Amino acid sequence: MTAPLLEIDRLDIGFGPLSAVRGASLQVRRGETHCLVGESGCGKSVTALAVMGLLARNATRNAVSMRFDGQELMGLDEKAMSRLRGDRMAMIFQEPMTSLNPAYTVGSQMAEVMLRHRGGTRRAALDRAAELLAKVRITSPGMRLGQYPHQLSGGLRQRVMIAMALMCSPELLIADEPTTALDVTVQAQILRLLADLQKDLGLAILLITHDLGVVARTAHHVSVMYAGQVVETAPVADLFANPMHPYTRGLLSCVPVPGKVRPGDPLGSIPGMVPRVEHAFAGCAFRQRCDLARPDCAGTIPRRDFAPGHDYLCQIEPAALVTA
Amino acid sequence: MVQFLLRRLLVALLVSVTVLTFAFALTRLSGDLAISIAGPNATANDIEVVRKAYGLDQPLITQFFSWIGRAMVGDFGQSYFYRERVSTLIFSRLPITLTLGLVGLGIAVSVALPLGVISALREGRPIDRVISLVALVGQAMPSFWLALVLMITLGLNLGWLPISGTGTWQHFVMPGIVLSFSAIPALLRLTRSGMIDAMAADYIRTARAKGLSRMSIVLKHAARNAAMPVVSIAAVQLGFMLGGSIVIETVFALHGVGFLAWESISKNDFPTVQAVVLLLAVIYTLLTLGADLLNALLDPRLRAQ
Ligand SMILES: Nc1ncnc2c1ncn2[C@@H]1O[C@H](COP(=O)(O)OP(=O)(O)O)[C@@H](O)[C@H]1O
Ligand code: SF4
Ligand SMILES: [Mg+2]
Repeated sequence: MTAPLLEIDRLDIGFGPLSAVRGASLQVRRGETHCLVGESGCGKSVTALAVMGLLARNATRNAVSMRFDGQELMGLDEKAMSRLRGDRMAMIFQEPMTSLNPAYTVGSQMAEVMLRHRGGTRRAALDRAAELLAKVRITSPGMRLGQYPHQLSGGLRQRVMIAMALMCSPELLIADEPTTALDVTVQAQILRLLADLQKDLGLAILLITHDLGVVARTAHHVSVMYAGQVVETAPVADLFANPMHPYTRGLLSCVPVPGKVRPGDPLGSIPGMVPRVEHAFAGCAFRQRCDLARPDCAGTIPRRDFAPGHDYLCQIEPAALVTA
Repeated sequence: MVQFLLRRLLVALLVSVTVLTFAFALTRLSGDLAISIAGPNATANDIEVVRKAYGLDQPLITQFFSWIGRAMVGDFGQSYFYRERVSTLIFSRLPITLTLGLVGLGIAVSVALPLGVISALREGRPIDRVISLVALVGQAMPSFWLALVLMITLGLNLGWLPISGTGTWQHFVMPGIVLSFSAIPALLRLTRSGMIDAMAADYIRTARAKGLSRMSIVLKHAARNAAMPVVSIAAVQLGFMLGGSIVIETVFALHGVGFLAWESISKNDFPTVQAVVLLLAVIYTLLTLGADLLNALLDPRLRAQ
């Protein structure tokens, strides 16, 4: 098996005294979709931003290693990161309405990615932009190039963001809840589009989403995040068939039949809230909300293997959990 | 775009009419014009003659409309003091004031914009604090005092610049610097806050995610969006500078419109005072209109209205 395209090994992100991500590891393979799920505030967005080198100035980032196509990203300076961003790794965001610059045309904003990383003429860059607008199924691409963001709907803007992300044929696309701000019907279209593009172009996608239907239909692997930790990782079928971590089980609780997920199925809701944790926090962060919590859940929690590629972070052994 | 323009023009027109009325009322409210014009030694008869000759015996409304009618075609009558046509008087003085205002704005913009951008990019750091402090001190300095300090140092002690008159471009440097001081703090603050807002916007995160250079992120993506309020305030400041150049023109003996205003006020030269007030109002309105147009060029959302 070839090495993963993106390999995050024990990533830590802090904001002052607060710890937003704690030892998170995950791997995205070439040409695969890796879904990252979890409630709001679990650290999904900051994990994605950390990969791109786009964390806010008040954030601290540490990792044993973070490799992209074998290249170590930790310690890479801003200049070297900016050469990767938009060229070999691209990102789209949750806020299509505000993510495009209101003062410039679609064409100009798309073309500058190409001009920055590949050079060439403006004409060639605009031709490429038109080609990609067509690829994300926007009608009359030539006309759209001259339009400003305020002339486009939210769904169209997100399509433009996707097309813009693809300008330099990146190997990795990070999509942070790309449909949360859109209408339900538009959501489905955008997600289908992403899935098709992924097959067409052999893209690797790190997709942050709340939609279990999307996870079931598009993901190859899934990582579940809770309070800054990856509490379970598994191939998608395995996760739906045998969710191990009590938190994962809570998220999947609204799925009536295991493995039978419909588009638009939301994550299950679990009573209680995600705690904000400080650096010295010890034990399982889920224990206030966990039905299976035991006294030793306040101690060190081991990572346990359930099956190849399927591990979880819990005090309880697989055999005991399966029957629980 | 057309609607946007029409609306702006309508506002400009309303402002002009209001100012016309005020300019007229101002001089009529300040006492009996005929007495002032006839002078301190005039007899009651002289005053009546003056009253008839200047049309001051007509009803106010008639006087108002005939004044407007003449003002529309640029006829502001004779100056009581200079015995010259007011329009000639003003147009001979206008270039000096305009030059001064533009030099002042030029200096203000070239100081305030870079400093504002640096301040924003280093928000909360020592350099940001120092810049804010300097701007504050600059704002607190009275312009006549600053003018004197400059005249003594640059003019008398160092001999680098002439201290009065309008002969060469060097004559405009010191007055321009003094004038710019009044505009720098506001321009700087708006540039700073505009850039801070813009740099925190989602489209800047997108620009960074695209791998664009720092230069392009700051100067292309952020500055364009931060520029709009700055353009508006720059126009207002230029208006202030043109209107407020009275002190500076007097101190540096520049015979511009400001100096003329000062003279005509102190000499009860009402036609000139009225015309100057009106001129400043018109310039002010034109500047705001210009700023609106410039903003429409900068912001496609405005053009769409
Ligand atoms: N710029 C920031 N400054 C301070 N705290 C932040 C910042 N960005 C994110 N956080 C904190 O980090 C945690 C994880 O946030 P985030 O990654 O956005 O969560 P998610 O995307 O999973 O909803 C949250 O507690 C959030 O408050
Ligand atoms: S470690 Fe304990 S509290 Fe945490 S999920 Fe497992 S059983 Fe629940
Ligand atoms: Mg998020």
